[in-house]
Amino acid sequence: MKQNGFLGLLFNALFLTFIAAPLVVVIAVAFTDKGFISLPFDGASLRWFKAILENDQILDAFLLSLKLALVASTIGVALAVPAALAIARYRFPGRGALTGFFLSPMMIPAVVLGIAFLRFLSLLGLGGSFWALCATHVIIVLPYALRLALSSAIGLDRDAERAALSCGASRFTAFRRVVLPMIRTGVAGGWVLSFIQSFDELTMTIFVATPGTTTLPVAMYNQIAQTIDPLVASVSTVMIVGTVILMLVPDRMVGLDRVLIGETR
Amino acid sequence: MATLDDDRAGAAPWILSAPALLLFCGLLLVPLLLTFVLSFHVFSDTAGTLAAYTWRNYFEVITDPYYGAIFGRTAGLAFAVTFFCILLGVPETIVLARMKRPWQSICLLIVLGPLLISVVVRTLGWQILLGNNGVLNNALQALHITSEPIRLVFTMTGVIIALTHVLVPFMVMSVWATLQKLDPQVEWAGLSMGASPFRVFRRVVLPQILPGILSGSIIVFALSASAFATPALIGGRRLKVVATAAYDEFLGTLNWPLGATIAVLLLIANVAIVMGCSRLAERRFKHIFD
Amino acid sequence: MSFLTLKGISKRYGDFTAIEQIDLEVERGEFLSLLGPSGCGKTTTLQMVAGFVTPTSGTIMLDGRDITHERPEKRGMGVVFQSYALFPHMTVDGNVGFGLEMRNMKRAARAERVAEALELVRLTGLGGRYPKELSGGQRQRVAIARALAMRPELLLLDEPMSNLDAKLREEMHIELRGIQKRLGITTILVTHDQVEAMTMSDRIAVMHRGTIAQLSTPFEAYERPETPFASAFLGKTNLLPGEVLRRNGRCAEVDVAGTTLKVPHEGRHVQGKVNVYIRPEKVHLAYSGAGDARATGRITTRVFTGNQWLLLIDTALGQVSVAQPNNGAPPPNEGEQVGLMWSDDDLRVLQKEALDGHA
Repeated sequence: MKQNGFLGLLFNALFLTFIAAPLVVVIAVAFTDKGFISLPFDGASLRWFKAILENDQILDAFLLSLKLALVASTIGVALAVPAALAIARYRFPGRGALTGFFLSPMMIPAVVLGIAFLRFLSLLGLGGSFWALCATHVIIVLPYALRLALSSAIGLDRDAERAALSCGASRFTAFRRVVLPMIRTGVAGGWVLSFIQSFDELTMTIFVATPGTTTLPVAMYNQIAQTIDPLVASVSTVMIVGTVILMLVPDRMVGLDRVLIGETR
Repeated sequence: MATLDDDRAGAAPWILSAPALLLFCGLLLVPLLLTFVLSFHVFSDTAGTLAAYTWRNYFEVITDPYYGAIFGRTAGLAFAVTFFCILLGVPETIVLARMKRPWQSICLLIVLGPLLISVVVRTLGWQILLGNNGVLNNALQALHITSEPIRLVFTMTGVIIALTHVLVPFMVMSVWATLQKLDPQVEWAGLSMGASPFRVFRRVVLPQILPGILSGSIIVFALSASAFATPALIGGRRLKVVATAAYDEFLGTLNWPLGATIAVLLLIANVAIVMGCSRLAERRFKHIFD
Repeated sequence: MSFLTLKGISKRYGDFTAIEQIDLEVERGEFLSLLGPSGCGKTTTLQMVAGFVTPTSGTIMLDGRDITHERPEKRGMGVVFQSYALFPHMTVDGNVGFGLEMRNMKRAARAERVAEALELVRLTGLGGRYPKELSGGQRQRVAIARALAMRPELLLLDEPMSNLDAKLREEMHIELRGIQKRLGITTILVTHDQVEAMTMSDRIAVMHRGTIAQLSTPFEAYERPETPFASAFLGKTNLLPGEVLRRNGRCAEVDVAGTTLKVPHEGRHVQGKVNVYIRPEKVHLAYSGAGDARATGRITTRVFTGNQWLLLIDTALGQVSVAQPNNGAPPPNEGEQVGLMWSDDDLRVLQKEALDGHA
């Protein structure tokens, strides 16, 4: 393809600035020493980061989000991997519909999911239950785990499995020693992506959260809706840094664009 | 586990998918159906949600100009955001595709990275940027471009800007996927036949990435029509969109049936738009790709 | 009794018949090739022997044991796949030793056998590498070593050389045959490359549309093809259509475009419309003065391939191709008139088949 001219590179620079601006601003504000949001400011301090540690509400929310994301993504992957293998390796009637069904949460507006879950859980009286909240997150993240596991499973060399059988491995051993390791990357990438999606989830969780089960994004939303103070900025900064670190994992393994877009390279 | 003889699918795939299937049927299908049913319930200010059934909720939402304005505003928002995402996203993707490693990877990371950061954080950033005392206004005044702060927060303009920021990566992803399938030698073929680079772009490249632009537009439109957090925080209480209206009814007024009605209508509209446009796009572009 | 027997084997997928009634007997220590174009059923046959595909009918016996429905992991055969199918997450040692691991062999004994197998394929010292660090030829050797490490009774090769470049392929033909002879292991090779089949095999089974068209040694298959398909598939041949005038005990007199040729019929009851075949290397140019030209014509095409000259000559009998070894003066140029000679014993005659392949 042609090279980029000056105009193209200028456009790119402006675009990147546009993309990065809100995040840069948030991080910058977090370091203010004042009691309110101001930019620019003259004194930098870590007081708002220390304030996180003194704010029980935020800390509780953070731990809850962490726990929730860990459990939801693990369960999500555990359910998605066998389903991905089923879809990738067998031709059966209803295959397309099944795949569509599992991927549907991505297509349903988060608001609708939130309302539906809230209605369901309140009918069952499971309002403040951690596991109920977790189950809703599993539904949200499963499409992401499935997509990645599926692309790995589809690209699998079936002959490698036959080779293992011809070497005398039982079907289960062949699965354990050959198939699973070969889809390892897709599964791990799916786990990381699911974790991030669960941790970040806001709109659906707003409906389902209760005072006892408030996730970090929901807590921040409630805070921002009332007043913006640098505390939300510092919490945001921690989230950004954490996500960047976590992002490097799938990027190192397969490349971020492949994780988000799929195997097109 | 493994099957090697393709004609023996049997029950195995269903057994493997069973756990996920059970969860989805129980926790996705059922709640959605319950919501649908809920939208037909009656709401009374005194007694809350009653188990009687009525069409009134739908009637109210479809005929009341209050909701008409909300749906109209949401549609307008979605169109505007889609327009800007195309305007900004498509050129950017083309520029990205022409970059060399490692710049390409780095830029792609910056563009796609924000998708992994919670929308709360991104919207917070825009609130700070767009506020009356915010970075943008201060900068514009410092450069003497304006003498007074421009009101961007709590306006549609502000919501459009912020929502474009949130959704443009989806456009980039979609066009990027299409660009990757492009055979670069097709461009050379065009040039070798005497077409100028601009002509090659217009007649050869653009038609081929059109499907990507289209599917990206569908995604962006659907997501902006159902957006919640950004319109809520940047738009404020007075600029309601469909998602925030549903929230209001459900968690504000506690009129669950009405909230459910709005949700059902949003879902139907979403599905109709996505499936309808996808079908259209598929039929129109089927002959290009396999 | 033979070592491996396939009796009445057929495989149907719904309406489609992939394999139709195959009977095959393979002797212990033999190298047999299943040769044919894509879609002839050779790979399906191999997969049935290996156990990855179950026959619709028929039996497979290995050393007196009925293995028709035995699971692949119990058959103890060494299989080499076309794509090699190495385990990408294991080292070469891990790959080669996998079958031994499955037999619960202790680590020390395994290491010894793995080293032995690697030496056999001349890959000693590469045990610690991963497949993606190896070249295509090296990966193929690992696949072979993995199959042989288990000391299987039967070695199955599914077009293992199709991904190698020409020179490497030729080397591997000889090397693999050498290994097979040394170990005395019964081997079945699936291939579409007739040179490969002829170079390596004790016998060739030429397959066509799900059946075995001919089963014989490479020399017999080449020199005495029994069906038009076999004769066209193995090597190049000249095809001259004609009609049988009369037959006697040994020869048939065939009228080919006005000329009568005496062709040995080898016991076949040929009559009416037939095809006469002669290999290009059996047709020689008659230089003027040698008198006895059987046909004359003009050279339309002349091609040099290194060890041969290939000529196309327009004669009254039809277009004849001639292959002349490159060991003397080059043949005449295009456009020249030449005479052609051959020995009648090199002529073959087969019944002309209708277009759908049945006589």
